[in-house]
Formats: sequence, structure tokens, C-alpha cells
Amino acid sequence: MSAPATTRFSPSAGLSRWLGSHLSLSIGAGILVFFVLIAIFAPLVAPYDPVLQMADVRLTGPSLAHPLGTDNFGRDMLSRLIYGTRIDLQIALIGVIFPFIIGTVLGTVAGFFGGIVDAIFMRIIDIILAFPFLVLMLAIIAILGPGLTSFYIAMALVGWVSYARLVRAQILVLKNSDYAIAAVSLGFSRTRIMFRHLLPNAIAGSLVFVMSDAVLVLLNGAAISYLGLGVQPPTAEWGIMVAEGQPFVTTAWWITLFPGLAIVVLAFGFSLLGDALGDLLGVHE
Amino acid sequence: MHRYKFVFYRPLQLLPVLFGISVITFILVRMIPGDPARVLLGTRATPTAIARIREQYGLDEPLWRQYFYFLENLAHGEMGKSTLYKIDVLKLVMTRIEPTLMLVLVSVILSILIAVPLSTIAARRQGRIADHAVRIVSTMGIGFPPFWLALMLIIFFSVRLDLFPVSGYGRDPLDKLWHLALPSLTIALSLSAVLTRSLRGAMVQALQSDVATAARARGMPEGIVFWRHVLPNSLVPTINLLAINIGWLIGGTVVVESVFAIPGMGQLLIRAIFSRDYMVVQGVAMVFACATVLINFMADVITVTLDPRIKL
Repeated sequence: MSAPATTRFSPSAGLSRWLGSHLSLSIGAGILVFFVLIAIFAPLVAPYDPVLQMADVRLTGPSLAHPLGTDNFGRDMLSRLIYGTRIDLQIALIGVIFPFIIGTVLGTVAGFFGGIVDAIFMRIIDIILAFPFLVLMLAIIAILGPGLTSFYIAMALVGWVSYARLVRAQILVLKNSDYAIAAVSLGFSRTRIMFRHLLPNAIAGSLVFVMSDAVLVLLNGAAISYLGLGVQPPTAEWGIMVAEGQPFVTTAWWITLFPGLAIVVLAFGFSLLGDALGDLLGVHE
Repeated sequence: MHRYKFVFYRPLQLLPVLFGISVITFILVRMIPGDPARVLLGTRATPTAIARIREQYGLDEPLWRQYFYFLENLAHGEMGKSTLYKIDVLKLVMTRIEPTLMLVLVSVILSILIAVPLSTIAARRQGRIADHAVRIVSTMGIGFPPFWLALMLIIFFSVRLDLFPVSGYGRDPLDKLWHLALPSLTIALSLSAVLTRSLRGAMVQALQSDVATAARARGMPEGIVFWRHVLPNSLVPTINLLAINIGWLIGGTVVVESVFAIPGMGQLLIRAIFSRDYMVVQGVAMVFACATVLINFMADVITVTLDPRIKL
């Protein structure tokens, strides 16, 4: 039985925690920067055109000429993976940024004004949260028609609620603080108090949440593309690449393995960044 | 029994939410461009059928009145007809509930069987290698795309080892469980990553609680402290965590049912989207939303039953 490592005072605990979050930060940031560079320089790093079909190399395993093999159309999987980085990073970025902006603004307004405005927003949030996230997303995409634009619109319509709840809770506390009351007595406009005084102090939790949200958005975007309702072929995107490899999963495993691994690594990077930011900013979910 | 008062008034509080769910599903289908009657009946509808639908839903009348008709139909268990399967949406959804429910149940049980031992190891060896390993694995596990994980499990367990079927759903209960092995393992692996991260935290806190310290002071061995005080105190957070993640879990079943061709509600939803069977999309979304609300309510009841300190 191990002794309880609980109440004992340990001078190194703070240090290791500090080092731990810095290590998470470096690895997480490293992974993200790596993928961003690959996305920017895709034409330079990719050995082939991602949609070029080479009839003589169909379904060939990893080799020197094609390090990650080729698919049933004879397309180079490494090149598709590299170009796919562009789409999947875009999914994570756009899929997070609109919900973040909409949710932050609405949450700030609801928390600041309170009363009937707040009550209405909270009820809307309750109702949206009653739906399983992916089911509501899929229902909206069903109406708008398949495609990445539909995915982004659906994300904006559904994803803002988490950000609104986070910011609202902070604003409710902050609006009674001394500096907020001082700002009111100085005669500043409500807009200025909300967005210049309160919001910067309320945003830390949302910034940390952005990272874990990016993981969910990436997984959902890839899943929707996998289901055939997001990115359409022949565009290279990791989710749809997995779907395209599925019929050959027993013989040509390389088609499905690598795009999935890419998602796992990128998601891991976001998670590490989120953990590290949470530690550094003193925010815990 | 005073503590259970909420069992009676909480459903009343849920009424606005259920009302909202009906409004959203109503709006969803009315947002589709084009003639609603044609949308509801499909492209090859006969004029008489169109006329009947127009009357039933009051499609020539103002929107609020149409919503009223929608509610009235709903109260009679009438959610329209599937254009693809030619039967009532509610009946169709009913036949699909069992596989999805089984998938969710088996996944939850499996994920608890994975998450509890992992969190226990991590919490009791806090700050050591085992703890770090569990934390890294669970952080990574959250980012595993279920549809991909499913295929990897198929490669390993079905193709290499020939242990489990690749797709479909069995006939008798045992055969069904057999077919659900890989689908539920897929969901359980992702879910247990989420559970482990939170459960470890709950256990670490419980290890430091006054109850645990007092037990140690009485000379209780660390192992018994854990079983008698730490584990039970981590149970309530786990149930709440499962309730919070139920929406996410249902999203997972939608994807996984499509990968393994399980005839559940998720697969029904995806097929309905592709065949523009909007009444089915509407019906499945509504049933899933109501199920989520119901499960959260049940989690509240269980929480209050298990922990006398909690009042709702």
C-alpha cells in the first residue's frame, strides 16, 4: 500500500506542476505550428498533386516513391494527407471562431443586462442543449444540404451556447465588482463597460475552452465528412479519406490508418495547449 | 421524502424545454425551401396526397396556426409519414430504439469498467509514472475519431483475430451482444477517456477529504479507506458526468451505427438525411432530444438517492 501522497508538504510540487504545464505548452504549440506550416507550404512539401490519379500505382502499400502508399484511384496518400491539413485546420478554426464570437457577445449582453434578456437567452440555451449536439448539427445540415458551408453555419447556430454560458457566469460576478461600479459612476457607456472593462476579465475561461472545443469541432467536422455530409470528394480531407479507405480496410490498411492518426495528433496538440493554458491562467473546468 | 419533492416539480420546469424542442423541430422542417407539402411527401407525391397534407397541417394558414396543428398531431402520436419507408415516423422510430438503447447501455457499462480502474491507479499513484501514463493516454483518447477507431478495431479484432462480426445486428439477445461488442468498445474507449480525466480528479479530492484523513487517523489501512470512502464518493460525480455527456454519447452512436451498419436510430437519421426524408429527420431529432432530457432527469434522481447531502 502506498502512503497517501496527499497532505504532505512538497517544495517541488509547485515546480513540477509549472514544468509540466510548460512542457504541455511546448509540445502542444509545437504540434499546432507543425501542422500550420505543413498547411501553408503544402504545395512545396507534397510530392504529388493530391487529386492526381496514377493508374499504374493503385492500392500500393508504403514505399519510397509513396511513403504512405496510394489509394484505389492511384492517388498519393502522403500528398492527400498534407493537403488535407489545410481543410481540417480550417474546420477547427472557422468551426470555433464564429461560435466563440457569437457566444461571447451574447453571453456578455445577457449577463450584463440580466432580467428578461438574460431569461430569454438562458431558455434558448437550455433548449439547444437538450438536443444531442451532433444530432442538431446533422438536422441543420440536412436542411441546408451537404457541404462545408452548411457545417460552419450549423456550428455557428449550435456551438455558441457553451461560450455564452461561460462568459455570462463570469460577467454576473464581475458586474458587481468595485471597478465596474466605478466605471458606471464615471459615466462610461454600457457598451464600453461591457466590452472594455468586464469582458477582458471574463474571457480567460473561454480561451481555455476554445482549445478543448477545437478538439470536438475537429472530430465532428471529420465525422460529418466521413458520413458524406461535409467535404465532398475528390477534396482531400482526413475524415473523408478514412471513409474512402473503408471498403479496402482489410487489404489496404494504410489508406485509413494515416488520416486517422493525423486527427489524433492534431487533437492531442489542442488538448495539451488547453491543459497548459488552463494551468497558466489558473482556470479549471 | 422532502428531498424528493423535485421529482414532481422538475417535470413542470422541463415543460418549457419540451415546448422549445417542438418549436425547433417545427422550424427545422419549415426552413426547407420549396412547397412544404412536396417536401413532406417527396417528389413523386400525388395531388390528392398533397391536398390531404395541406389540410392536415394547415399549410395555407399562418405559421402559428400551423405550429398548433403540428402540436395537435404530435399529441395524437402523429409525426407524419416516412417518404422512404411509407410508414408512420413514430412506428419507424420505435423499431429502431432497441439497438441504439442497447448500444448506449453496453458502451456505458464498458466505459465504467475501463475508467474506474484507470482512475483508481492514477489517483492512488498521484504524480508517479502510472499517473502520468493514464493522464497522457486519456488526453490522447479524447481526440480519437470514433469512425476511425471503429475501423482500427475491425482490422484488429475482426480481420486479424476473427473474433467479432464486422457489421450488422443479431437476432437473439446473445447474438446481438456479440454484434455490439466492437461498436460499444469503440464508444467506450472514447467515453472512458473523458470519464477518466474527471474521475481521477474526483478521486484525488476524495483521497484528501476529511473523511479519508479521519479514517486514516483511526488506523484504517489505505486500501480499505479507498474502497469504503473514496470510491463511493467518486460515484456521484461519475453519474453526473455521464449525464452531461449523454448528448455527446448519442452523437457517437449515430456515427458508430453508420460504420457498423447497426439498424438503430442513428443509422435511420443518416439514411433519412440522404434520402431527404425530412419527417424522419424531424422525428429522430425530437425523440433524441426528449431522451436526453429524460436521462438528465433520471441522473438527478439517482444523484439525490445516492448522496443524502445533495438537495435539488
